[in-house]
This record gives sequence, structure tokens and C-alpha cells, in this order.
Amino acid sequence: MRLAVIGAGAVGRSVVDLAAEYGHEVVAVADSSTAVVADGSDGRNDGVDPEAVVTRKAEAGIVGDDDPADALAADYDVLVEATPTTLDDAEPGFSHVTTALERDRHAVLANKGPVAERFGDLQAAVADSAGEIRFEATVGGAIPAVSTVEDIEPGHVTAVRGVLNGTANFILTRMAAEGLGYDHVLAEAQDLGVAEADPSFDVDGTDAALKCVILANVLSFGAADDPADAREFTLDDASVEGIRDVPGSALRLAAEDGRTVRLIGEATGETVRVAPRLVPENGTLAVSGTQNIVQIETTHAGRLNISGRGAGGPETASAVLGDVGRLE
Amino acid sequence: MSDARDGAPEPAEGETIDTSPDGGHAASTPSTHTVRLELVDEPGQLLAALHPIADNGGNLLSIYHERGNKTPRGRIPVEVDFEATQERFEGIVEALRSEGVNVMQAGTERYAEEVTLLLFGHLIDTDLSDTLSRIEACESASVADVSLAAPQGTEESSSARLRLEARAGETERALAAVRELADEKDLRLVEPLTGVEA
Repeated sequence: MRLAVIGAGAVGRSVVDLAAEYGHEVVAVADSSTAVVADGSDGRNDGVDPEAVVTRKAEAGIVGDDDPADALAADYDVLVEATPTTLDDAEPGFSHVTTALERDRHAVLANKGPVAERFGDLQAAVADSAGEIRFEATVGGAIPAVSTVEDIEPGHVTAVRGVLNGTANFILTRMAAEGLGYDHVLAEAQDLGVAEADPSFDVDGTDAALKCVILANVLSFGAADDPADAREFTLDDASVEGIRDVPGSALRLAAEDGRTVRLIGEATGETVRVAPRLVPENGTLAVSGTQNIVQIETTHAGRLNISGRGAGGPETASAVLGDVGRLE
Repeated sequence: MSDARDGAPEPAEGETIDTSPDGGHAASTPSTHTVRLELVDEPGQLLAALHPIADNGGNLLSIYHERGNKTPRGRIPVEVDFEATQERFEGIVEALRSEGVNVMQAGTERYAEEVTLLLFGHLIDTDLSDTLSRIEACESASVADVSLAAPQGTEESSSARLRLEARAGETERALAAVRELADEKDLRLVEPLTGVEA
């Protein structure tokens, strides 16, 4: 497959880096202000030089001399949308995806915005296109959450829950293990690169909620006979509580009773909820550090648990490239 | 008092004792009952409330006397578990009422479900004992255990771990009541994942 990678952050760069290993070719890469589009002018028949792109991004902060619009117009089979997640109208990611669909090309998203905030609009665009969309990388990084739900069939899945934010989980784990306060552990997480300078998106539960909203859409649209009848979820439909004010004393009291607190997200075809919850200390859901876990409740197959790395460039890129493989 | 004792309970007492040995299976098999009583905070009240149970053929199992925890009417809630046949049970409740004991609840159903949760925030400033007695006043649940962790002073938020006993199938109702109370007092509630043996 020929890929156009839009977005040159950790995930976009890893996709560029690993594409060849999965048998794909990158024909265009764009960041927010520049692009590189393969046209044979660099003496190569096809494809951009992944190493050159990654190096140039690291050294000069740009990916090439072309305009980002050129990358969107390039001759690709699959557009990889890996720009930062935006809310509400989910732009510019949403337009990148619909541009690909209008050209009857596929799109693979690592950007949560379009699938969380405008799932219905995307489904309508897919219905009018010969292209498809896939978005495994938007939920739980390397964990195959969406494709597992699809394999079981959304109509046979009653709920999906889990720990879907590594930053919040790292903070809760450290607070409980070391008896430290939230502020101290947050500063530590920021030094380690586990938390961003502005950690709101993670610690307020927004990121986990977006993932649950996406899962709720998968369940709702997947179980409906006619997509027009399916209930669409957006972030506004989610009940969200974060971990910012959880005191160390609460974790201590939980530990005294063999329990701990985890930021748990739950999605059904009807509700989305993210909140700190009490779980058994040694239970399945009490994963440690930046680990994520997805727990799927099914009608006939019992409960499935999949844990693993929920973030990271190569991890998320592996989910993106897995999606590309499914489109072949 | 003595009028009442001579009245209603007596025939009931004679009847149950005489008929139970050869009565129907359901009626003659003793089962566990829980009654929730409200007692006036005066000496001797508890003993007075237990007499009608023992006198009418109830086999006392446990007494949970929630001293320090008052109902909205300022009385002390007491929970009594005992074994009795269905017929005797009805006689006991009748005897309690005719003794002037306020029976808040009487049923064969014991608290079947247990749920642990955390509350944090300004627990002290928002009157923890009021919080607990209001949870207690909720029909679905009873507070079985409370652990409190409060930092020095009341500036920082404190935490409490509560173990509630809820009636069969009423855990969700009990949690809803706590949720509402937490909202009202601006406390944060960490609910357990119920129905999930994680």
C-alpha cells in the first residue's frame, strides 16, 4: 500500500519509520506547515526516504519543502491521519479523512477527534466512498481493542471497560506504592516524559473518555441494523471525573482493605463513564505504571482481557500499520 | 404497657407454640429475620426491646446497637437479627409494636450485599456524622464499617472508607443515595466496580 502520513509527531514518525517493514511505502509526509511528496526527483522511483524525513524533522523541524496540501493530493492508497487530537469539529483531522474518502481512498486514524466527535459524519462520508476508515490506534495504543470488538461482533458485546490512560495510571500507581502526594508524583511523571507539561487531558479523564466514546460508537453503530438508527456518542455524552484531587489518604485507606484506585472507563451502547474506581489491589484491572488494559464483556464468550502498552510511537504505529494491513 | 402485654401477643404466642411442630413446612422452618428499631436514648430501652423477641420464641442472633449514630428524629437505630418461624416472626413484630417500640423495618431479608467505597473532600467540615447517619437512614443500606484518614486540621481534604451492607439487589440504590449525598456536600465519591469480579 502507498501511504500518505499526515502528522509528524511521535506516531507519524514511527509509521514512516516502520512502514517498509510491514511491506508498505510512504509516498507523502506532512506536518502542520511543510510536506514532502515523492515525485521521483530525488532519484528514487517511488516513495520518500523515511530516514531523511525523520532526520529533517528532528534537525530542522520540517519534513520537506512541499506544501501540506500537496501531501493530501498525492497518489496514495491510504491516508494515515496522525495529527494531534482536536475536539468539537475535530479539524483539521476530519477534513483530511474526508478528503481521502472523497477520492475513494482509505483512511487510518491515530487521531481520536474525528471518531469521537463526528462519528456519524464520518460514517456518512464512508457510505458515499469506495474507501474505508479504520482507527485501532485511537483506543489503547498497541492493544487491539476495536478489532477484537469487531471480531466478536458489537451486537455480542455488552460492555467494554478498562484502564485507558497510562499517565493517570502511572500517577495512581506511584501514589499508592510510595505514599506520595499527587503534585509530587505529577512532577516526577513530567520529568520522565510520562506526563505532558499541561497534563489536563490525561488527569482530568478527557483522553480516557474520548477512547470510551469511540468504543461506544463502535458498539452502537456495529449493533444497529441501519446506521441511521444508531445512537451517536460524543464527548458531551460522557460522564467524566478525573484524578487530580484524589488524596494520598484515599489510596492508603483503599490499600488497608486490599483495594486500590484506578481511573476506569466504561462504554456500553448506551452510556460512557470515566471515573476513579475502587478495584481489588491484585485484580485484573489494577495494572501498574503506564500499562493499559481493556476488558470486554461478551454475551457468549465470557470476559476477555487484553493488556499492554497504551501509548508510544512504535506501539501506536503498529496499530496503524495493522489497520493498513486489514485494508489490503 | 401491661395492657398491651395482656392483649394481642398472648393468643399469638399460644398459637405459634402449639401449632408449629405439626404445621406446614414453610411456616415451621425457622429463618433469619432482621428488624430495625428506633430506641429513645434512655437507660433500659434496649433490654425492653429485646424482651418481646425472646418471649415470643425468637432466637437472638446478633444485635447491632449504633450508639452515637442517631436517626433524623434523634433516636438510636438498632438492628436485631434473630431466627424464628414466619408465624412467630409476625407475632414478634406485633409484640414489639404493642410495647411501644418503633419498628422501622422488619423483613426476612438480611443485608445480602456488601459494598466498599471511598469518600474524600472536606469530610469533617461537612459533618461526617451527619453524612453517616443520612446514609444509615437510607432504606437500602446500613453502614457496617468506617475508617477515616484526616490530615492535621481541616484544611486539606480527608478520606473515609465505608463498608455498606445493602439489601439483596439494592446495592445500586444504596450507591445512588450516597452519590446524591456526596453531590450535595461537594464530596468526591470513589465507587467500586460492582458486578465485576476483577
